[in-house]
Amino acid sequence: MNNRIQEKLGILADAAKYDVSCSSSGSKRKNTKDGLGNATGMGICHTYTQDGRCVSLLKILLTNHCIFDCAYCVSRRSNDVKRAAFTVQEVVDLTINFYKRNYIEGLFLSSGIFKDVDYTMERLVRIAKKLRLEHKFNGYIHLKAIPGASDELIHEAGLYADRLSVNLEIPSEMSLKKVAPEKDYASAYKPMNYLSETIQGHKEEKKTIRSTPNFAPGGQSTQLVIGATPENDKDILELADGLYQQQNLKRVYYSGYIPISDDLRLPALREAPLRRENRLYQADWLLRFYGFKVNEIVDEENPHLDPELDPKMGYALRHPEHFPIDVNKADYEWILRIPGVGVKSAKKIINARRFGALRMEHLKKIGVIWKRAKYFLISADRDFINLGFNPEVIRQQLLYTGKPKKDPNQLDLFGNPLAPIPLILPPTPSAILPTPKIRTA
Amino acid sequence: MTYCYDGSWNGLLSVVFESFRLLTPASNIVPTDIFQPGLFEIPFTVETNDAHAKRVLKGVEKKCGKKGTDLIYQCFLSEQPGIEIKIHHFIRTAMKASENVLHNYRDDTVLQLHKIKKMIGREVHRMHAFVRFQETKDGMLVALINPDFNVLPLSGKHFVDRYPALHWLIYDTKRHYGWHYDQHQSRFITLTEKQHEYLSADLLTNSETDYQALWQTYFKKTDIPERRNMKLHMQHVPKRYWKFLVEKWEV
Repeated sequence: MNNRIQEKLGILADAAKYDVSCSSSGSKRKNTKDGLGNATGMGICHTYTQDGRCVSLLKILLTNHCIFDCAYCVSRRSNDVKRAAFTVQEVVDLTINFYKRNYIEGLFLSSGIFKDVDYTMERLVRIAKKLRLEHKFNGYIHLKAIPGASDELIHEAGLYADRLSVNLEIPSEMSLKKVAPEKDYASAYKPMNYLSETIQGHKEEKKTIRSTPNFAPGGQSTQLVIGATPENDKDILELADGLYQQQNLKRVYYSGYIPISDDLRLPALREAPLRRENRLYQADWLLRFYGFKVNEIVDEENPHLDPELDPKMGYALRHPEHFPIDVNKADYEWILRIPGVGVKSAKKIINARRFGALRMEHLKKIGVIWKRAKYFLISADRDFINLGFNPEVIRQQLLYTGKPKKDPNQLDLFGNPLAPIPLILPPTPSAILPTPKIRTA
Repeated sequence: MTYCYDGSWNGLLSVVFESFRLLTPASNIVPTDIFQPGLFEIPFTVETNDAHAKRVLKGVEKKCGKKGTDLIYQCFLSEQPGIEIKIHHFIRTAMKASENVLHNYRDDTVLQLHKIKKMIGREVHRMHAFVRFQETKDGMLVALINPDFNVLPLSGKHFVDRYPALHWLIYDTKRHYGWHYDQHQSRFITLTEKQHEYLSADLLTNSETDYQALWQTYFKKTDIPERRNMKLHMQHVPKRYWKFLVEKWEV
């Protein structure tokens, strides 16, 4: 019997792994005296996969049988893979026993659509309900809100789950129609809007009536697949910003498209666009924690994020008029905009400067990344080099490594990375120029 | 002057108390069992006095709040050589200053203590993540740990909140003591036997190996080979923890 579960777990974990979200933070569910688990405060990554992603939740599909045929998904109807399905009891057993051994923070349950949407959603809710009520489980539960499910089921899911998510997957409706003919934006936005209203409503009510039950206290999130369709970074970030503003989403996840599919509706990528994914996350952080607006990060002239420099640096180089910033005088919001200064360093700077003016040595010890920050700030050392700086020069200095750069889009001759490659085009001029010397007066 | 103490937390605070009483700041503070006499040095050994320790802590709390006392206690658990003198120095500056020095990051000692606290915090967090329980025949959950710093006193509460209805033990194999919880109360215990690098299979329930195998399968299957990044993996899961991590046993 154990072999059978072993095999199912293999299939259904494998099918669920492309969902990026694995956060277990942000909920407020306290444990009871005789309960199991606690979902307050910080999330915990119990281990990391060999690709460096956090493993916090038991992330599985209830089943990978699916009536839909979305080109980007491994479980699509037309794909020839092994299918399996868990029973409700099996999922409950696995969750409890993994949790007890401190392997996981909770359960992330998603599913392929079998029979119809409501039937599937009802199963997901039943598992969460059983864990909460019969097993007094107070760990984290993340459920998928399946587009098209009835409001009653979505509501019930919110009562038992800490977080719910509806995945938009493809960053524009036009492209979505092409790769997933059975799906549309309207049916994804419907549960999303319902959730955002209900979550807000419960929060308001809780302020006056304390006994109001929790409703998805960890909020809702979504996921966008990057690189499978032609949208640029501006489209993606504007969409994400809209979701943060209007739907009050906790997180938008970006998933670099991994060429899992030989479906003709999708481009044949050689490798996942990991660099682009990383830059998008950096931009996302700027939106959420650094007070940036989308049009400050990308605009009509620069619809794509710079792959070579992080978006904050890109902003600083495009706006030399705002720099250098005096760390001993400027407001928190502006200190936060200096490249190489993060939220923690910025707060430390604000705290520490009350005790006296800050010099370079203090800033370095506080944790400011000097290599990047030095061009954009003035400290008590009164080093005025930075007045009237030239963005082009700074860019070259930052990118100069002394080694010729390898173009990631250039194919290797004979596929041997060590062999000399005579046919390779020279790298872009900015990368091979030596560091220009700046005169210090 | 060099002060010696018994290596306990209250002992260190008693030293600080004495240094104030004698008007002689310490130049070095060492546990008696580690102390190596120099040529011209006569150490002053301070007896631990709980009442004195309490007074020092109260003073620090008055000046720097609960955060200040937490900071020095957590840094003390780092067991780093020379941590005592840093704490001593911090308390003296805190007492002298007219305002709260806790966030004076321009001061070297303050900054260093905050850095050490951060290291401790990380280790505590890793313990929350990397503790792996195994169920024994009598239904107790046992986990062995071997942390870099003495963080068990800071880690246990997390598990009390989490498993109030279970019977469990987390045992530090390096420092030979453990946090035992029996559904009602926690206490520190020391096992008489010193051979406990791993739990032998005949102690465990029958289903234990099944769940371990399931977890290993899950770990293997959730990996995406196209994105493999072993450097990042090693950064997050350093090798020294692997011997206690079920998912890394066979992989």
